[in-house]
Amino acid sequence: MSKYKVNLKINNLNVSVDEGTTILEAARQLNFKIPTLCHHDDLCVAGNCRVCVVEQVGNRVLPASCATPVSEGMEVLTNSMKVRQARKNIIELLLSEHNADCTKCFKSGYCELQELSNEYRTGDHIYLDVRTNNTIDISSPSIEKDDSKCIRCQRCVRTCTELQSVSALAVTHKGKDMKISTFLDKPMNDVVCTNCGQCINRCPTASLVERNYIDQVFDAIYDPKKFVVVQTAPATRVAISEEFGLGPNRSTGKMVAALRRLGFDKILDTDFTADLTIMEEGTELLTRLKEALVDGKEVALPMMTSCSPGWIKFQEHIFPDMLDNLSTCKSPQQMFGPLAKTYYAEKINKNPADMVVVSVMPCTAKKYEADRPEMRGSGYKDVDFVLTTRELGRMIHQAGIDFEKLDDEKYDSILGESTGAAVIFGNTGGVMEAALRTAYEIVTGREVPFANLNIKPVRGMEGIKEASVKIKDVKSEWSFLEGVELKVAIAHGLSNAKLLMNKVKSGEANYHFIEVMGCPGGCIGGGGQPIPTNMEIRKKRAAAIYEEDEHLALRKSHENPEVTEIYKSFLHEPLGHRSHDLLHTHYTPRKRY
Amino acid sequence: MTKVEELVKKEAEIHGHNRESLMPILQAVVRSERFLSEEAMVAIARELDISTADVFGTASFYTFMDTVPKGKNIIRVCKTITCHMKGKDAVIAALEDLLKIKLGENTSDGKFSLLQANCLGWCHKGPVMLINDEVYPEVTPESAVEVIQEYLKQK
Repeated sequence: MSKYKVNLKINNLNVSVDEGTTILEAARQLNFKIPTLCHHDDLCVAGNCRVCVVEQVGNRVLPASCATPVSEGMEVLTNSMKVRQARKNIIELLLSEHNADCTKCFKSGYCELQELSNEYRTGDHIYLDVRTNNTIDISSPSIEKDDSKCIRCQRCVRTCTELQSVSALAVTHKGKDMKISTFLDKPMNDVVCTNCGQCINRCPTASLVERNYIDQVFDAIYDPKKFVVVQTAPATRVAISEEFGLGPNRSTGKMVAALRRLGFDKILDTDFTADLTIMEEGTELLTRLKEALVDGKEVALPMMTSCSPGWIKFQEHIFPDMLDNLSTCKSPQQMFGPLAKTYYAEKINKNPADMVVVSVMPCTAKKYEADRPEMRGSGYKDVDFVLTTRELGRMIHQAGIDFEKLDDEKYDSILGESTGAAVIFGNTGGVMEAALRTAYEIVTGREVPFANLNIKPVRGMEGIKEASVKIKDVKSEWSFLEGVELKVAIAHGLSNAKLLMNKVKSGEANYHFIEVMGCPGGCIGGGGQPIPTNMEIRKKRAAAIYEEDEHLALRKSHENPEVTEIYKSFLHEPLGHRSHDLLHTHYTPRKRY
Repeated sequence: MTKVEELVKKEAEIHGHNRESLMPILQAVVRSERFLSEEAMVAIARELDISTADVFGTASFYTFMDTVPKGKNIIRVCKTITCHMKGKDAVIAALEDLLKIKLGENTSDGKFSLLQANCLGWCHKGPVMLINDEVYPEVTPESAVEVIQEYLKQK
């Protein structure tokens, strides 16, 4: 159905837009920037911060452009005297309640309110300072919540509800006492929060930020007794460039060079353990299928991926009766930790007690994951510190490293080799694609029947994707899979995950294998990624990931020579005794309400 | 199933298991329990399949929906400007003296809570006192004490 066109004038320029377009969007088409705070492209309209007000000729009041649809013949002024004055007042009012501790604030230079007040230079305080000094909630290992910096735009509440279906945060109390809070104002660590950090990624100020461990990591680097290794997730390498104003870009080589200049002793790759995950998880899936189809055992199917710690905690809270469906594989980050402190420590002749494992992740839930009591397979805390992509950006800035001018460098060996299958773990559908590339080949001895190994049906930004692969002409030991149509599904963002889980639970949908990533777009849209993140940026990061995959010589996890080696000399076989001890885990049912 | 869980279940049967039923269920629980306990809010969230933060957020918006325990009889004295000018402070002082509690507290026997309220719409007959749903206009410290003593006589 084609939409009607609406003609209007913005700042005396004619524009014709679709019916239902907001004034804000229409102005963007003419390249007029209207400032916004509560508005976010990923979220529904709120219209509560009022900084986007514009003048509509003939209308006494100033409408909020983000919440007002265009109408025929409308004349809008985005920067009239009246608008400027109103906007200044609005910014001043917001500042009068804001704990403007800018010089010491973690978000200084990245804060949308600060940017706006810099732009408008409101001058002297015209309103009484009524800011409050709250205690900061640092109960969670992932998220820091400081109400004194909150402007009550409710982006976080909408994120938690719309994108994630979690609703750990809500608007509570009223009037001057109104705030964003949890159930009974409990600490963040005691509520249904999944630590996904999508709220952090959307907070315009520093009311919600990640718990940052920059100083602890620098302390470890400077400690001569410590041997500090760093692992980097797939999705950080296409987004770290954004921290230096370079847009989403493949910058693996520059990132490795920067990490070396920061003083890490060895620069290693989570992608190696992503390949290992595929071996373990792929074998687990085939084993479950065999148990179900041949042995007639009661096996939890569909099997679900377990790489995304936000998704894991969501499942523990919301669907505690489906924990058996989760793969027992630890995430690549948590496979890396214990291997670094056992296998690797032995190879390089280091005492694991003197080792510090740091990981750079697009994720805030990874901080919580590393803190889980079960993540001590090596006898030590397997992963000591988790940094977000943003924190790494900050460290590189602090160290005075000119990121753009760095020459590409390579990961150290061992634990630095990876394949394209591991890189695509960063995208929604990526784990599925990597698993299919390997599992299909194990079972049939042939490559997956998709051009250039690109399994297109599992790619893209659709909320829930389904695909099926017909398995034919299998090797003799897999004869029970002959003719089986392997059905898979993929969801990203926890709202989509919840929809999919309800379908599975009700029996409406039937699959063998499900991939879920907690964040929209997968890890590339993670809560620890550079701000802003929106659909356009997610698509660019995803494209960069696929490009990286295509440029790698090896694109199937089972072809990673280091993976072959570790099975030969250390783990012996997937799902073997050592794997069980170091690479697999269990889950804890938690309260839904 | 506890008493309050049963109550919530019954109310959800009457009003429906959707988000729109939140207000009537909250009101029913407050009517019966005088406040919303954590247990009650969890039960409501479960019945309506919404988050507990959502239930708390809604309840905390309303002054008459308390989330901390309250006495059997809730006394609210209007605190807004007309009643203030007509001497609500003296009324409160007399009640504090009688009940041996401060504003915002409950008596140790659980019989009374003493609170202030925003405008009750009785400015022409201030100061006004509300006990549960009963309005007492043009109260004086003496008449307020008499009213409370009547309540004290009841079991």
